[in-house]
Order: sequence, then C-alpha cells, then structure tokens
Amino acid sequence: MSDQQSHYPIIRSVGLNGILVTFGDTATDTANRAAIAFRNAVDTLGWPEVDESSSTLVSAFFRVDLAQHSFAVIRDRLQDTLASQDWTDVALPPGRTLWTIPAVFGTDRAPQLTEAAEAAGMTAEQAEAELTAARLRVLTIGFAPGQPYLGTLGAAWNIPRQVGLSPNVPAGALVAAVRQICLFTKDTPTGWRHVGQTAFQCFRPRGDMPFPLSPGDEIQFTQITAQELARIETHNADGSGGAVREVLT
Amino acid sequence: MNGLIVHQVGPGVAVQDLGRPGFLAKGLTRGGASDLRAVHEGAALLKQSPALAVLEMAGTGGTFEATVPLRIALTGAAMSATIDGENAVWDASHHMPAGSKLVIGPCREGTFGYLHVGGGLATEPLLGARATHQSVGLGGLVSKGQTLPIGKDTGRGVGMTLPRDGRFSGGDVRVVPSMQTEDFDNNIRTRFAKTEFRRDPRANRQGIRLDSDGEGFSNPKQLGVVSEVIVPGDIQITGDGTPFVLMAECQTTGGYPRIGTVLPCDLPRVAQAAAGAVLRFAFVNLDNGAAIQARADAEEATLGRRVTPLIRDPHAMQDLLSYQLVGGVVSATHSPFEEG
Repeated sequence: MSDQQSHYPIIRSVGLNGILVTFGDTATDTANRAAIAFRNAVDTLGWPEVDESSSTLVSAFFRVDLAQHSFAVIRDRLQDTLASQDWTDVALPPGRTLWTIPAVFGTDRAPQLTEAAEAAGMTAEQAEAELTAARLRVLTIGFAPGQPYLGTLGAAWNIPRQVGLSPNVPAGALVAAVRQICLFTKDTPTGWRHVGQTAFQCFRPRGDMPFPLSPGDEIQFTQITAQELARIETHNADGSGGAVREVLT
Repeated sequence: MNGLIVHQVGPGVAVQDLGRPGFLAKGLTRGGASDLRAVHEGAALLKQSPALAVLEMAGTGGTFEATVPLRIALTGAAMSATIDGENAVWDASHHMPAGSKLVIGPCREGTFGYLHVGGGLATEPLLGARATHQSVGLGGLVSKGQTLPIGKDTGRGVGMTLPRDGRFSGGDVRVVPSMQTEDFDNNIRTRFAKTEFRRDPRANRQGIRLDSDGEGFSNPKQLGVVSEVIVPGDIQITGDGTPFVLMAECQTTGGYPRIGTVLPCDLPRVAQAAAGAVLRFAFVNLDNGAAIQARADAEEATLGRRVTPLIRDPHAMQDLLSYQLVGGVVSATHSPFEEG
C-alpha cells in the first residue's frame, strides 16, 4: 500500500517488486539531482535486500522482493537515510563521465530544427548555439535500452510534443520537447522534434560497453557538418560516433 | 552440432530463460519467459536448474529432430505433440531417440507452450542470459533450418508428470495496490475490481490489452505526466481508459498511471489467457499479497515433490499389443521415483 504523504520526498511500494522514493511531482532539475544522489547513497550502503536500483526523472527505485522482505522495515530505513541530509542540495556522485558527442543540427539530417526553434521563440542559429553551449546531464535512461533523457534546457525550450507522430525518426537522433533532449537508441515514431543527428549508439549489446551512458553523466554536443557526420558513420564499427569520454572528478 | 534441428516452426517460437536482471538503470527490462511457472515445472520434470534455457512457443510449435538421444519435457499451454508419430503427453517428460522427430501442433488451451531439453538450450548468452528480447535486438525468433545447440545433460529419468493447474483459461487474478493506485478515485478502483475483462487479441510479450463493456477507467483527477518506474504485472490505464497488463518485455519506465500490480504468482494466468478469455482482478493489501506470494514461492521451490511417474492410459495406446505392460525389473527397495 502506498504511504500517502503531503510533501516530498515520498516512499511508495511498487507491486511486490520494490520501493520508490520520489522527490517531486514535476520533472525539476532539483528532484532529478536528488534522485540520482540518493540512489547512489543507498547503493553505497550495500543493503543485502536490494537486488538492484535505478533512477527515473524524479525518483530512486530499489528492487526488493517484498514477499521476502518487509516493506515497512525497509521504508523506515530509507526514511532514516532520507533524514540524514538535505537531498535537494547534495553533490552528484563522483566518477561520472563527460561525453563530447559530435552532432549535425538542422539540414536534411535533422529537419525539424527550425520548427523547434520557432516553438522556442528563437532562430535556428540561436537554437543550435544553445544546444551546443549547454552542458546537459543524463536525467534518466529508459523507454529503450541505454536511451538517455538529457536536461535541463532553459525555460524557452519548454516546447510541447507535436500533435502528430513523426513515423520514423532514426537511431542517433536528437529530439527535443519539454526542456529535454532525447538521444534515440533505435528508429522510433515520436512526437518530439528532430533537431539534431549523431552516430552515437546508446546500446551496443555485443560491445565492451553495452550501455555507454549512465544517469548523472554529462553530455556536450559539438557541431559538425553533414559531410563530417557521413564520414564518421562510415567508420563507426564500435558505435562511438566520434564521441570522446573523460571521467569527471 | 548436437542439438535440435528445426524442420518446421511457428511464427512465435523463441529461446527464453528466467530473464536478464540487473539492467533496470540502463533501461533494459528483465524479459524472460512469459510463464515463469512453466519454466519451473519443466525444470522439476527433468530434475535440473530452472535457469536453463527453454523454447517458448506462442500459439503453435514446430517439428524438431534430435541429433542425439535427448530428455525433453513439455509444459505450459497444452499443445498436440507426437514423437515419431506416438502421442507425447503434455506436462510430462519423455525420451527422444537420436534421429526421432518431435511434432508440436497448435495449442488447445492457453497461449504459451514450453519445450524443455535435458541440459538446456545452449545458445550464445548475451548480457548474461539466453532470453530472446526481440524488440531490442537480443536474439531472434527460431527459424526453419536452424539447429538449436544443447548443453550437457547431467540428469537422468523421463516418463514423469506434474498435475495440471487451472491457469490456462483466465479467471481470478490478485492485484496489490501500487504507487499510483491511490491517485485513482475509489469508485474507479471499485468498478475495476467488479469488471469482467476479456483478453483482447492485441497482446504480445510487452503487454496485454483488456476489453470490457461500459466506460473506461480514466481518472478525472489530474495525474502527473512524469514517467515513472514500470514493473511486470503493472496494470496501466492509457489515455482513453483502457487497461493493459504489462508483461515480461515491458519498458522500464512509462507515463501512464498504474491502477495496481498483478502478483507475480498470478502473472502466468494473465500470460496464458487466450484471446477472449475472461479475467477478473481482486485487490489484496500489500501484507496479504506478500504472504500469498511467499507461500507461492515456497510451493514452487518444492515442485519436485509433486512429480509422479506417468501412468499410461491403456485407452490412449494406439497399439496395445506392442507394449510390454509388465516389463522391467521392479525392486521393493529401489524407488521408481529416482529413475523415472
């Protein structure tokens, strides 16, 4: 049964599969940072009841077999951990990765840049400048394996999803909506607008690094031409798409 | 290569196991067999680990030739089956001589049948499991002409059976309240629990759509649109009020609210319900749900004790005279249960 509480964070059971700690009811940057930091803190404690953990836009999830372990006991333990510090103002965990990923913005490779820029009240050039200037964070991974939701863009980028679906936006696409960018793992029908294109593969099941991205990683896009992207695509056996990674300390 | 040569195969046959846990944070759901109960039953019949890979057959099976002598077991949705033309009883283990052909036809009841092989299917593991997860490119459907490799069988004994349970034709399914249950008005939850649903033909390993007469189950209350964790068994209500039970290959997160979560021990009943089968959902509180599930887990761990020798029905024997009905050496001290 859910524990109804009047303010965040709240702790709820998810079926008999685990426990969710939620830091807000809207996708704010603060709630996302808290979810990532809290998940990391609980993981560090190494509780034997927790089989694995994950984080969503605003929550940390701990997979626990609630048929074998008491929800109330673990809820109380989570409550104590929550009370140990202010999670809205905590540093993100160390050891995260900064990825620099080449991308084409606009052109026929990403035909909705102008449309998205208009919706955000700026020119295509301004939109491109903002998308390459921002250091974005992997807010969460989901919908498809390894697929990141990146944010948080400025308020102007709070653009709605388009009404109709684009039938097939390709893998590696950067699509924009609701102050976020998603980097597609595979070809996907979507209501988000196709503003950029990379050759970065988010899921490499047979590679050394099957899931290159993790929540909390940071992403910097660098602008390249469509010709440069085509050249990267012809030498992309490892799926890196010309991206460079460095560990954040 | 030793194994099972696939001569004919239905359109929904794939290698499965208990799934691929540990990647939720990376957006990859556990996957694995739709009816995990059937996987455990096959393991009990062959006295081997339930972690060994099996063949999941949606709707119909195929024709498979053994290149070496094999032990097999058949579980899940009952399908017609013969080995070299002789009927092979479902929910039982059998011997396949080298060169013999197993023909598995359409299911008579339920949706997913399972073929288990002594030693398990030994296809290449990907990310620590053999489970096929087609939509994300982990493995593919079994195709004609393929030979399925088989692991070393360290067990022995066939001719054993397990009693069949009633999970193949819909029925009552228990649900625990989940993270968003209380976001639904009480009258919607009450109406949901009183509704007879029919399994829609639109169903796959990701989710099963439920039909009902009358209005949908959309909540008039404003619900957050932030995507949240999904677990298998979650019942999501889409924008038009239609419930879907999310199954083994569900996504890891989703934006539709969940009215409740089916107990893991009742999920095989949902998976096996054929199109049109009636399903009813009853809420139990978290403590009761946990207790029910714990009992089911304990029962599943002792499935081996309910395995009994298969007694042939003389009426089912096509050529009675060809059987040696009193053959074999019977020992007063040696348990026939050990040998099969």
